[in-house]
Amino acid sequence: MALDERRAAAPGTDSGSGVGTPDGMPADSPHPRMGFFTDTSVCIGCKACEVACKEWNAVPEDGLNFTAMSFDNSGGLGADTWRHVAFIEQRASVGVQESGVGRPDGAAAPVDLGMPSFDKPGDAAGADERGEFRWLMSSDVCKHCTHAACLDVCPTGALFRTEFGTVVVQEDICNGCGYCVPACPYGVIDKREDDGRVWKCTLCYDRLGEGLEPACAKACPTDSIQFGELDELRARADERVRHLHEAGIDSARLYGRDPDDGVGGDGAFFLLLDEPEVYGLPPDPVVTTRDLPSMWRHAGAAAAVLLAGITATFLGRRR
Amino acid sequence: MSTSDVTREGIRGAHPGREALTGAVSTLDGHRRDHPSRRRVRRGEPEFRSYYDKPVLNQIVWEPRDIAGYLFLGGLAGASSVLAAGADLTDRPDLARPLKYTALGAITGSVAALVNDLGRPARFVNMLRVLKWTSPMSVGSWILAAYGPLAGAAAVSQATGILPGLGRTAAVGAAALGPAVAAYTAPLICDTAVPAWHEGYREMPFVFVGSAAAAAGGMGMATAPVEQAAPARRAAVLGSVLETAALWRMEHRMGMVAKPYREGRSGGLMRAAKILTVAGAAGALLGGRNRAVSAVAGAALLAGSACTRFGVFSAGVASAADPKYTVVPQRQRLEERKTDAAISAAKAAASSPSPGPEEPSDS
Repeated sequence: MALDERRAAAPGTDSGSGVGTPDGMPADSPHPRMGFFTDTSVCIGCKACEVACKEWNAVPEDGLNFTAMSFDNSGGLGADTWRHVAFIEQRASVGVQESGVGRPDGAAAPVDLGMPSFDKPGDAAGADERGEFRWLMSSDVCKHCTHAACLDVCPTGALFRTEFGTVVVQEDICNGCGYCVPACPYGVIDKREDDGRVWKCTLCYDRLGEGLEPACAKACPTDSIQFGELDELRARADERVRHLHEAGIDSARLYGRDPDDGVGGDGAFFLLLDEPEVYGLPPDPVVTTRDLPSMWRHAGAAAAVLLAGITATFLGRRR
Repeated sequence: MSTSDVTREGIRGAHPGREALTGAVSTLDGHRRDHPSRRRVRRGEPEFRSYYDKPVLNQIVWEPRDIAGYLFLGGLAGASSVLAAGADLTDRPDLARPLKYTALGAITGSVAALVNDLGRPARFVNMLRVLKWTSPMSVGSWILAAYGPLAGAAAVSQATGILPGLGRTAAVGAAALGPAVAAYTAPLICDTAVPAWHEGYREMPFVFVGSAAAAAGGMGMATAPVEQAAPARRAAVLGSVLETAALWRMEHRMGMVAKPYREGRSGGLMRAAKILTVAGAAGALLGGRNRAVSAVAGAALLAGSACTRFGVFSAGVASAADPKYTVVPQRQRLEERKTDAAISAAKAAASSPSPGPEEPSDS
């Protein structure tokens, strides 16, 4: 989709920052908009992205616990977790996770590494004994929304839109008011308690400036996390989901891909194999500032009612 | 082995012997109790899916004492300034005086609470670094920056008798900004993804200004002699009626998201607020000319206003902590959109004489 079309797609809510345009790009950026496409159908849950992110960005340790519900040990995104791998266990056919599904036409065949082989566990048993089971794994991250509520509500201008179209906190300006935390419809940005300021994924702003890809995408061994120009990623994702549908995996769907959704499309979007809420994502997020003009009108009317009402109390007979 | 799995109802399909205990029974007992086995589908509860019942949103980091306290104090200050200016202009000095002091005291407390709640209090001046209309907190900071000195000048001039003309002008200025101080806090909390706040954005400003008028009226009743406090009594009654009506409408329009306003700690606070506010308004109506009744009713109105603000705050916290309030309305919205799309597609197909040969898109 052409840049100009997206520019006209929805009214911008970045106006307060003074640099935003409706497509989530600063007006005079020399760069294309960059983002992530996280293809959860090839995620193996290795958590290399979590580790690489922590290492590169020097994010503090925030507990070495397991949730006791799954292999998830970081729980969710927060001030000290900028990549979070979700683990979901389901009674569903394992067939959809066979390797090689959805490979593009003409792609090279899988390479035989010559490893010692053996039957998969349960191959010898009957289907009844084996049961059906699948694991959904997904590496969650800040969505770098086109219409970012955190950026809109930030009263200090600490949150800003970079030349890559990403949303970043300036740690030397943030005064820890905490407004962005409940504003985010995805539960991404959070306050670091001992530090007082808010933190989140920067899409490795420092690495991007040097022409490097973000640490998580660099570390991902299966290319579940793909980094690139958003337009190209969207085309690649459309192709991938078409291949999966052709292979009979009807549950594959893109999340955050649509520039007409409630946040104007995500800079970091996903291919999911189940409903978004199963992964802890909101099914239909809307940037809260979409309703702000109406909120101001209602507040203005209420203020007028208060002024008129109290004025009226002085009218009439003096008692 | 592989036929068993761990669900939120506990372990399913386990082989016999799976429950065999090793180690001390007491420790295992504790471990089992920690296991997330409950599935929260009670009668009348909507079915929804979630990630291990974890909230979708991150939790509100504001201290209830600071921010709910600010919602109360800011409203009290703003409405007090309006009442005080009216009392000034209609020659009711004994009503104007305490209300001017109230406005200064409340706005000072407000700013202290706001600065105290910052993660980096020393950086509070960064609030005036920009003016952003998309951020009610930014707009509010500027409103407070203008209102605070005016309320302060009005009170200081009143107390010291210095520059009485300027003091009166400042009081009128504070009265002009007072309604903004009382009303902007509604967009402040509603401009978030918190379901119980955002979904109430149409009525919340009216709840807040009603609550503010009731509090300021209550303060006037408690502090001014009854012969001069008639406007305060009327403001208290008007405010209580507005607040109660706006809350009723809000709860009925919000659907399932209104639940935190009726249940739990937040529900208790809202009920307490209603009882105190209605009782205070009744006292103002029936016994307002009695000094003792007036004082007690005034205190009840102040307490009711505080309970409203703490109740609204705590309802927001409860709604953000439960994925149900995020997922169910959004899922409903999606389903409705899907149904609408199907209906309009069916209508289009029915109205067109011959179905087109083009392929359906594969989005």
